Amino acid sequence: MNLAFKDVRQNLGRFGLTALGIGMMLMMVMGMAGIYRGLIEDAILVVDRIGGDIWVVQKNTRGPFAEISRVPKTLVYRVQAVPGVDSAREFVFHTIQRQVDGKSLRMSVLGLSWPTDKGEWLPLISGRALSRNHFEIIVDRTLGFRLDDRILLGKDIYRVVGITSGMVSSGGDGIAVVTVSDSQAIQFDTVGEALRLERSARERRATDVDIFLNQPNLMEQLSLPASSLPAVSSPQISAVIARLAPEANVEKVKAVIANWGDVSVYTRDGQEELLLQGMVDKARRQLGMFRMLLTIIAAVVMALILYTMTLDKLHSIALLKLLGAPDSTILMMLVQQAIVLGTTGYAFALLIGRQLFPYFPRRVVITTPDLLQLFVIVLGISVLSSLLGIWRAFRVKPTEALMG
Amino acid sequence: MSEPLAIETFKINKTYGIGRTEVLALREASLQVQKGQVVALLGPSGSGKSTLLTIIGLVIPPTSGQVRIDGNLVVDGSSITTNLRTFRRRHIGFVFQKANLIPFLTASENVEIALQLNGVVGQRARARARELLVEFGVGERSYDLPFRLSGGEQQRVAIARALANSPQVILADEPTAALDSQRARQVMELFAKIAHDQNAGVIVVTHDHRFLEIFDKIYEMEDGVLHERVSVQ
Repeated sequence: MNLAFKDVRQNLGRFGLTALGIGMMLMMVMGMAGIYRGLIEDAILVVDRIGGDIWVVQKNTRGPFAEISRVPKTLVYRVQAVPGVDSAREFVFHTIQRQVDGKSLRMSVLGLSWPTDKGEWLPLISGRALSRNHFEIIVDRTLGFRLDDRILLGKDIYRVVGITSGMVSSGGDGIAVVTVSDSQAIQFDTVGEALRLERSARERRATDVDIFLNQPNLMEQLSLPASSLPAVSSPQISAVIARLAPEANVEKVKAVIANWGDVSVYTRDGQEELLLQGMVDKARRQLGMFRMLLTIIAAVVMALILYTMTLDKLHSIALLKLLGAPDSTILMMLVQQAIVLGTTGYAFALLIGRQLFPYFPRRVVITTPDLLQLFVIVLGISVLSSLLGIWRAFRVKPTEALMG
Repeated sequence: MSEPLAIETFKINKTYGIGRTEVLALREASLQVQKGQVVALLGPSGSGKSTLLTIIGLVIPPTSGQVRIDGNLVVDGSSITTNLRTFRRRHIGFVFQKANLIPFLTASENVEIALQLNGVVGQRARARARELLVEFGVGERSYDLPFRLSGGEQQRVAIARALANSPQVILADEPTAALDSQRARQVMELFAKIAHDQNAGVIVVTHDHRFLEIFDKIYEMEDGVLHERVSVQ
């Protein structure tokens, strides 16, 4: 006869509610691990999916994800000329926050190097890759758009031609994919009034400079946006991604490019490392601390609940001792009950978590190793938290069964 | 060679507290209960009856004196000569004023647990429990939890539990206090029957003087001093 099971059967409602409460706490522990996994996956997702072997970024920066990087477009041709490089392309990545249909829309914009990269590698769940150099956009489903929706970004309207899944930045923002030129148009969009003011200021300054008086054609150039003036604008792409030839040695190619004075170079692993160490590490440690605290709180709460449950049974325990029950029978009853409570709570956590986590604003990735680890922890804290109750139960004397 | 006594105590003393708070609960209490005898232990509240019963039941140790169960010296002063819990489980059955059933076990399970603790498990335990419950007229309540049973039914389940392992000694502490007169008589007669049928020694602590004719021997206790009443009438 299993005394633990019999007691649970008798107090099923109370036991169920207690397990539910513990389950909610364990769900938070589970969620913390899931958010952490989600952070990591999100952080390295783009790097993984783009699949470049070498990332060339602005000198002494950890761009383009961990910090801003600006390199000239011409860098693509220099990289392409390095022995061992099969192909090189521009990479533009930036985050914008705009009002669309009266709602605040935050998205990370990824520019593809048209026409070499049309986004065929994207994890499309509907629609297609880009087929034109302009005004087409592929969005992640977290952004809430549908196929054929029209989005006004800057002065242009972009048609949604594809929907992806799981394409979010390390900040948790959905990624929108356009061509490099469109991404620059979005990034450097300036309102008409600002353009007019800049143009007139430029013209006013030009009247004081001889070169513009001698070459009136240059005055026409001044009417262009600053970002379109090659001689004066800052570099406008975030990085250059290179794919290496199959026989190429990554370290050798990296060493060649690293000798250039104006760029830093990272391998794919290096880029992922930067993301994990730079952007995710603090979040990881914070979540880890939170997870540990929640686990301790869950253990303390479980210990108190089990202690209270033991107090409720003191008379029965005294009676069992009076009937001659060995301590091991009482110990087993309390430990089994703790384990049943813990595992039921764990099951609740799993069931409720699986229903709730998809609605969290950031991705919660529940992995089997994390689940197993938590299960072992739950078993551990179940046994540990029953110790207080066991200690009290062992102090009960059989004579207490004869009282009241 | 004569058959050993079911219960024998010799010069049991029990003192609670120390110094100024010291209370002498039992003074050289000696009694003998033969196998097949049902013995009454009378006395006012606080006279030491329950203390003596718990010492005989190996629940608390005496300050001095000896306890023999079925001829075995199990308590000799402050020294314990056996594993009391195991001995209690195998040789002693308890019935209390309140039925003291385990609330989360059914009537049948309350009896089965006593059997299970003695190594009788599964179908054998269930069958034995059922047999006892039927014998005491509560067979149809086997699957009810204690709170669904009347006081009398609970007491009969408790008696069934006390008898489950066919103990040599049955100790009953005011078992009829919560019962009406008719039920009380039935329970007392039941103890007599058990004592005679199972050749067990039964001690019943009681305030109830209505059924004294049932007992083979009567002890009275006052202020911790025990003496045998000469005539059961």
